[in-house]
Amino acid sequence: MTRITVTVDGQRFVDDVEPRTLLVSYLRENLGKVGTVVGCDTSNCGACTVHLDGRSVKSCNVLAVQADGHEVTTIEGISTAGGLHPMQQAFHECHALQCGYCTPGMIMQAIDILTDNPDPSEEEIRAGLEGNLCRCTGYHNIVKAVAQCAAAGKGGE
Amino acid sequence: MSVSPDALVEIAEDVVAAEPQDSGARPEIGNPRLRKEDRRLITGRTKWTDNIVLPGMLHLAMVRSPHAHAKIVSIDASAAKDAPNVVDVVTAADFPDGMGVCANAWPITPDQVTPDHLPMAVDRVACAGEIVAAVVARSAAEARDAAELVDVEYEELPAVFDAQEAMTDQILAHPDKGTNKCAFWKLDSAEAGTGGNVDEAIAKAREDGIVIEREYRQQRLVPAFMEPRSTVVDPTGEQITMWSATQIPHILRFLIAATTGIPESKVRVIAPDVGGGFGGKLQTTPEEFVTLAVARRLAKPVKYTETRSESLVSAHHGRDQYQKLTLAATKDGAVTGLKVELLANLGAYVAIVGGGVPVLGAWMFNAIYKFPAYQFNCQTVLTNTTWVDAYRGAGRPEATYGIERLMDELAAEVGVDPLVIREKNWITHEEFPFTSVAGMVYDSGNYEVATARAKELFDYDALRAEQKQRRESQDPVQLGIGVSTFTEMCGLAPSRVLGSLSYGAGGWESASIRMLPTGKVEVITGTSPHGQGHETAWSQIVADRLGVPFEDVEVLHGDTQVAYKGLDTYGSRSLVVGGEAIVRAADKVIEKAKGFAAHLLEANADDLEFASGRYTVKGTDQGVGITDVALATFASHNYPEGIEPGIDADATFDPDNFSFPHGTHLCAMEVDTETGETTMRKYVCVDDIGHIINPLIVEGQVHGGLVQGIAQALWEEAVFDDNGTLVTGSFVDYTLPTAADTISFVTENTTSPSTTNTLGTKGVGEAGTIASTPAVVNAIVDALRPLGIHDIRMPCTPERVWKAIQSAGAHDGAATAEVAPHFHDDAPTNADPGTTGEGSPQ
Repeated sequence: MTRITVTVDGQRFVDDVEPRTLLVSYLRENLGKVGTVVGCDTSNCGACTVHLDGRSVKSCNVLAVQADGHEVTTIEGISTAGGLHPMQQAFHECHALQCGYCTPGMIMQAIDILTDNPDPSEEEIRAGLEGNLCRCTGYHNIVKAVAQCAAAGKGGE
Repeated sequence: MSVSPDALVEIAEDVVAAEPQDSGARPEIGNPRLRKEDRRLITGRTKWTDNIVLPGMLHLAMVRSPHAHAKIVSIDASAAKDAPNVVDVVTAADFPDGMGVCANAWPITPDQVTPDHLPMAVDRVACAGEIVAAVVARSAAEARDAAELVDVEYEELPAVFDAQEAMTDQILAHPDKGTNKCAFWKLDSAEAGTGGNVDEAIAKAREDGIVIEREYRQQRLVPAFMEPRSTVVDPTGEQITMWSATQIPHILRFLIAATTGIPESKVRVIAPDVGGGFGGKLQTTPEEFVTLAVARRLAKPVKYTETRSESLVSAHHGRDQYQKLTLAATKDGAVTGLKVELLANLGAYVAIVGGGVPVLGAWMFNAIYKFPAYQFNCQTVLTNTTWVDAYRGAGRPEATYGIERLMDELAAEVGVDPLVIREKNWITHEEFPFTSVAGMVYDSGNYEVATARAKELFDYDALRAEQKQRRESQDPVQLGIGVSTFTEMCGLAPSRVLGSLSYGAGGWESASIRMLPTGKVEVITGTSPHGQGHETAWSQIVADRLGVPFEDVEVLHGDTQVAYKGLDTYGSRSLVVGGEAIVRAADKVIEKAKGFAAHLLEANADDLEFASGRYTVKGTDQGVGITDVALATFASHNYPEGIEPGIDADATFDPDNFSFPHGTHLCAMEVDTETGETTMRKYVCVDDIGHIINPLIVEGQVHGGLVQGIAQALWEEAVFDDNGTLVTGSFVDYTLPTAADTISFVTENTTSPSTTNTLGTKGVGEAGTIASTPAVVNAIVDALRPLGIHDIRMPCTPERVWKAIQSAGAHDGAATAEVAPHFHDDAPTNADPGTTGEGSPQ
């Protein structure tokens, strides 16, 4: 067991974890952050995407011990007392989700795209989402949501 | 809210004289309402089955066969039992009374060969991924670790994978059955009295008309829902609760009871939030039965969640057909007959509706056309591969692909535009209701209008002009235009029809509506959404009907203790059948409340009219809102004889007929003739799905369907190697499309209301998938037709396109020749994805 100190969604946690524990397992099983989900075993689907120190990572591809001393933000940590994060709101308004399983990862990745590039073209949005799979929406409305959020100038916050 | 009984009476009395108020009602049907479901999904507060944690819950890991066909010689679980925190290791031998049965609910013929499908193999495995043992531990990781330590000794048996190979019966998937041939099913229009003799039509066309003969391959696909399947079973006392990521909680409950002997009343099944299904979660799975059996054995809550690689090999697959098609026509392109010979690979077991899925094509190969003669033959076979069952469209995409590819071939043969050949043969809008050559009565449609609009949105003539220009300039990047004018049968289904097809259940759907004292409305539906937005759409229907605010309606579903009666969600049935049940329940509520309203208004019920949530005495301004009636009935201090307190009603709707949506899809593909790379340039579809409840949801359903169908055309295929190992066993190899692979679509609707339900709706869940696959392949073939290419086997990967171009070139255009037959003995199999078999004889 290894002791780690991680800040998740603004709260500091100190835990002993097995070195092999994946960050996504730590979030789900130790912290109950079940908003972040697992969709594959091969880091292809991106359903588990979270932010590590503000940048998107697939949390099935990061060990919990690698997050020691770092800051993790999940889908559960992006809305504020004032309401939904603009990207969450855009997903809602554009009907960018159906079953919703890919949605947490998709939203976290979409925010990351706009952090990098506040004014992406459709092609750039599509390229930025390439690591996140959705089986329901055909991506059309997801791309639309990211573009709408970018147009409002507040996606990457 | 705290209200004394007296106050209630006062309220009830007050409302009688109250001024009409805005009940909040407004036309909801047709309103692009943002979804009620979204809030929990976008904030991560969703209840997926795998999120459930119960006190003392144990975790299960499956030990699965790596072999496609083998005898189980021995299982040594001693090392696994000694592993840390392992509670139990079980095999089939630990359950002498069995664990239930994965039942086939649709034997398509009385003599169908149906191998027993037990949740855990006893002494033989018939496909890779079959469960042979299960490990129970305190954590999922520990269970998986220990599962690796279970030592299973196998004796491999000869295995058969391909359907054509299976037909020879040289190697048997189930030796005890003596044959791989599962069932043969036929529909002949001459025998059924719905049309002429197809063999005569073909013979005549051989003399003085056109005969198009083609063999197409519907490759095997994986539904690949994003949420892996997961099951939690909690055996508390005598009641057993099962949460499962399923499309069919009601059918699952019934089949658990029917095959395990546990009384149905002791089983509660809950489908919480379910992350997609596409038919892939329309199954009673070995994993559910094993989890149930282990939880009962240990009297502890147990959870099983599959990994993605387990999901890809053990959750049922879709499609996998060989199609041999013969189309007869006159020289000017009027079709005189169609003969269909299907060979469908069902995998190792006949799944819940697996045997029937290809048969659904019987009513769809004739599509939107007036064929005078028709014959459909379907042979199903068993192989040592993953079982095959419904995948989005289920039988209809396969049929639509076949006929829409054929119509393009006919157009090329006649030398006219593919839309011209369709118009020549399609049913005109004046001819509805139309009885098809397959005996179905199409409710409504207008193919002319949908096609005209699609052409306009697509800028069809301009793209044809560009195509001509590129051909003339010998542009290395050629342009192809693909057409697909499809119809489908939705709204499964009239129970009588299902009965006549030996289907094991009915096709009705139920709904209950109860008005709460505070005026809020609870709607209980027997449908079981997993992404379709029923909570939103059903709220819209009820808000309109009862004249209450959309926000005041709560839709409950997916828990057999709450929605005790239902037949769940698949086959684009939910709105057409379940929506109509809701309408009927709402009408009963209105009627029931009317007696109360009349009493409150001191009027005769016959003198009341109901509109916008309010009963008014005809010709007066006297009235009372239905929500006020609900409150008055809660107190029920004062109510008329012969009326029960409370405003609630149940309804069950069994449709008389299917509904038949249709649409015209147009696709432009650029094909790089030097590299074989294909790029989608434009995709336009105009779908007629009858009246639309929520255009936003409809658009989303179409987008998602399109990409699944396009994925079949371009990217996806489940491939087994020579040992029966699934080569495409992870998302690295089973290539779902990404955002970067796809484009934005142009979608519109025309409206021909269905006549089979009062909402006039038709169903939209599968339309995109059904229509898009042939549109894409038609476009690619259209781009390459001048090279003499008239087919590319799906998925049309750059490699296959390039090879087809190369072999066409090598034969100097003579590659028009024949498509390498799929029906001969040494046909390419799934095991050889690189062999196109197309372009020219190899």
